[in-house]
Amino acid sequence: MNWGSLDNFLHMGGYGFYVWGSYLVTAVCIAIELLMLWLRSKSAASRIPENNA
Amino acid sequence: MNLFKYSSPSTFYPLAGALAPWFGWAAGLLSVWGLYIGFFEAPTDFQQGEAYRIIFIHVPAAWMSMFLYLVMAAWAGVGLVFNTRLSSMMALALAPTGAMFTFVALVTGALWGKPTWGTWWAWDARMTSELILLFLYLGFMALHASIEDLRRADKACAVLALVGAVNVPIIYYSVRWWNTLHQGASVSMTAAPKMAAIMLHSMFIMMVAAWMYSIAVVLTRVRRIIRERERQTAWLRELQTEEALA
Repeated sequence: MNWGSLDNFLHMGGYGFYVWGSYLVTAVCIAIELLMLWLRSKSAASRIPENNA
Repeated sequence: MNLFKYSSPSTFYPLAGALAPWFGWAAGLLSVWGLYIGFFEAPTDFQQGEAYRIIFIHVPAAWMSMFLYLVMAAWAGVGLVFNTRLSSMMALALAPTGAMFTFVALVTGALWGKPTWGTWWAWDARMTSELILLFLYLGFMALHASIEDLRRADKACAVLALVGAVNVPIIYYSVRWWNTLHQGASVSMTAAPKMAAIMLHSMFIMMVAAWMYSIAVVLTRVRRIIRERERQTAWLRELQTEEALA
């Protein structure tokens, strides 16, 4: 598939909003999931109490 | 080798930590490869134009949403029957990723439906049952969060997950059992695929990428859950001391 130009690629034959919207929503969902996973590792609940023995 | 060794959080924790990055890298590389084929090699569809390119995420996301639910219900069931604590943690770790893929399948479906069917949403069997799947995932997480005793929460959630599993075959067969706006299966085990080979090729690579992503994320999340739940145990304290010294 040769798109010819970047404009054609972004335009997606008139379906740009739907196609790129789908990919954008997916990317945002994945980013949120990874961010929440990262924040969870920083949370107090996952910190192990110091060994005072 | 005794595989049951890894059913204990203390042995599974380092294994999951060692495996997760490999699955993460595999997911990243496969999605770049799959999307390259999907956008630069696959041709324009003669009926749908370029709108069909949503398929490369919509179908893998929808499959993952159903499959992860069955895996979650299976782990929850094992935890309920055998009282193994890691199984229940696995079920809990799967729920957010399953919910994420369900949401993605619904949103990309709406974005695909608008230009091809003329509507964002219809209350047909396929879409309604997929929406119920999202509520089952959210209900599972909400129920777990609302019960303070973790083992009781695991058991209550296991019952919910197992009862809800009946919804998955309903989603899968909905396009056959009822006359739906949603199209029938493009790919099935029993018939030749109704798609061009190159489009199918890209979709399958994206499918495997979604698999790898799910494994990487779930292994990482189950490690967080182990850390939170087992923080009072001797093995985690020892591990922390080792990590601090290293």
